[in-house]
Amino acid sequence: MDISKDIEKIKNFSTEVKKNILEMAFTAGASSSHFGGALSIVEIISFLFSHKMKIKKNNPNWIDRDRFILSKGHACLAYYAALCEVGYITKEQLKTFEKDDSDLLGHPVINRKLGIDFSNGSLGMGLSLGIGVAIALKKNKKENNIFVILGDGECNEGSVWEAAMAAPNLNLSNLYAIIDNNNFQQTGSNKEIMNTDSLYKKWSSFGWETKEVDGHDIEKLCKIFEESEQSPKPKAIIAKTVKGKGFSFSENNNSWHHAVLSKTLYEQAKKELI
Amino acid sequence: MIINERNIKVWSTIGSRATFGIAALELAKEVDNLMVLTCDVSTSAGLDRYRKTYPDKYLDLGIAEQNLIGVAAGLSSEGFNVITTTFAPFQTIRCCEQIKVNIGYMKQKICMVGIASGLTLGNLGFTHCCIEDVGILRTIPGITIISPSDSLETVKALEASIKSDKSIYIRLTGSSNNPIVNDRDYKFEIGKSIELREGKDLTIFCAGAMVYNCLEAAKKLSEKNISCSVVNMHTIKPIDKDAIKKASEKSKLIVSVEEHNIIGGLGSAIAEYKAILNNSPKQLIIGVDDIYSKGGSYKFLQEKHGLTPGKIVDNILQNLK
Repeated sequence: MDISKDIEKIKNFSTEVKKNILEMAFTAGASSSHFGGALSIVEIISFLFSHKMKIKKNNPNWIDRDRFILSKGHACLAYYAALCEVGYITKEQLKTFEKDDSDLLGHPVINRKLGIDFSNGSLGMGLSLGIGVAIALKKNKKENNIFVILGDGECNEGSVWEAAMAAPNLNLSNLYAIIDNNNFQQTGSNKEIMNTDSLYKKWSSFGWETKEVDGHDIEKLCKIFEESEQSPKPKAIIAKTVKGKGFSFSENNNSWHHAVLSKTLYEQAKKELI
Repeated sequence: MIINERNIKVWSTIGSRATFGIAALELAKEVDNLMVLTCDVSTSAGLDRYRKTYPDKYLDLGIAEQNLIGVAAGLSSEGFNVITTTFAPFQTIRCCEQIKVNIGYMKQKICMVGIASGLTLGNLGFTHCCIEDVGILRTIPGITIISPSDSLETVKALEASIKSDKSIYIRLTGSSNNPIVNDRDYKFEIGKSIELREGKDLTIFCAGAMVYNCLEAAKKLSEKNISCSVVNMHTIKPIDKDAIKKASEKSKLIVSVEEHNIIGGLGSAIAEYKAILNNSPKQLIIGVDDIYSKGGSYKFLQEKHGLTPGKIVDNILQNLK
């Protein structure tokens, strides 16, 4: 099957997502934003929202939609950007990012009208929610999937492993945990702060159908998700990513975990996008 | 649930925990979307029969309370009516932030049942006692807190909680052979306290297993010609402000009695409202005086912390002088 058209579509979507991220990060101004961790999931979130997930444009409450949970809530720049591209959030609303009384704060706040199904931000909680939703959908005889994006730093949280242990026991074949493995957390590399060692070994030993993939390679993402689909187990996708991916100044530079995008760098980034 | 003299006696004998299990079993018959979630405590929570009768409406998540609340919230968001239950410290404090985010901030409706709260498990030590749950949960917006006075009220509180669209924490105190406070059917309404005994000199507000002790204390006080109102403040949040106002207008002394730290619980909730009333009387807050004492039997700890009828009477008499 020729998937080149799909890949092109996902790539275009991810370019628009990056543009939206730049606009929001620049709008945030001095209050700064979680730039690096949002850029590491751009291709993943674009793949999900433009291709993989069953969703309806302009109808965030469609009952038969697949569910999405951004457990690493601080990467919401990428989330809001994608929600904008599927017509749930307007470009005008994106400009309210982190402003007073905004619906779009620095961590997602539940707002079903905007397609935000859950609040997140306190790390280690999203996968448990995903389990609850996955059980509910199975009980309701729905064939939808649930996609949860976690950070590798987030995997420091014990609650992640409570959930990781439960999902295979509950036979939740409809649950996907995508771990954004960018090798950094807030104040340093994983190795410096809390060495996660092999996330692949950890998740597979907990009983998940586990795959490793380059999280920026759209073709490989398509392939790996397709390969996992038939497994009766919950799926863990360890996505090898680059924090701050896409812009020369931010790639693998952890000072962009939460930083201010200056006018100069904003202009430079726009040029780099073309 | 069939409420008759026989059942009230049986429920009293088996205690509030086992009564909760029976009530859940009955509720499952009529509530299609009910789910009961536990953390390896089915036996302790009286859920053995429930687990066997309704395996599709039951989920044991193992000893993992943080996951418990998240899973419950996920189910609730898809329209399930969820009860979670485990021992009170683990049901509330262990997963406190999950409760804040999922139930408070995100407003997912869950009914949490904290079993063996207060001092019931004193011989197991203060890891298993719970004198902090009300104080901690009261600071999270959007959570109703109910502390049933006996086994019948446990049934009533659970029924009301399942029908309510609010998230509710039911705090179960007392042990087996739980004294009967309510010996017949009555109207239970969340947020509306019940004056069990009328009196003109002072008013005792109480909740949970302390209600029976306070009724006994009031009897002893009447022998000394002190006329005492006893109000069952089964709902601690939202607190029944009308009852506090009424009591403040007629009483020389307001007393609160709780099986909880004196900080943050029923007494605090009453004081927070009473503070804005003009000319309100003095308040005596009886409870655990902000200390982890040495452990022991339920009776021993009630005695040690001044919660027996006799000790309550002594404390009141001192403060009436």
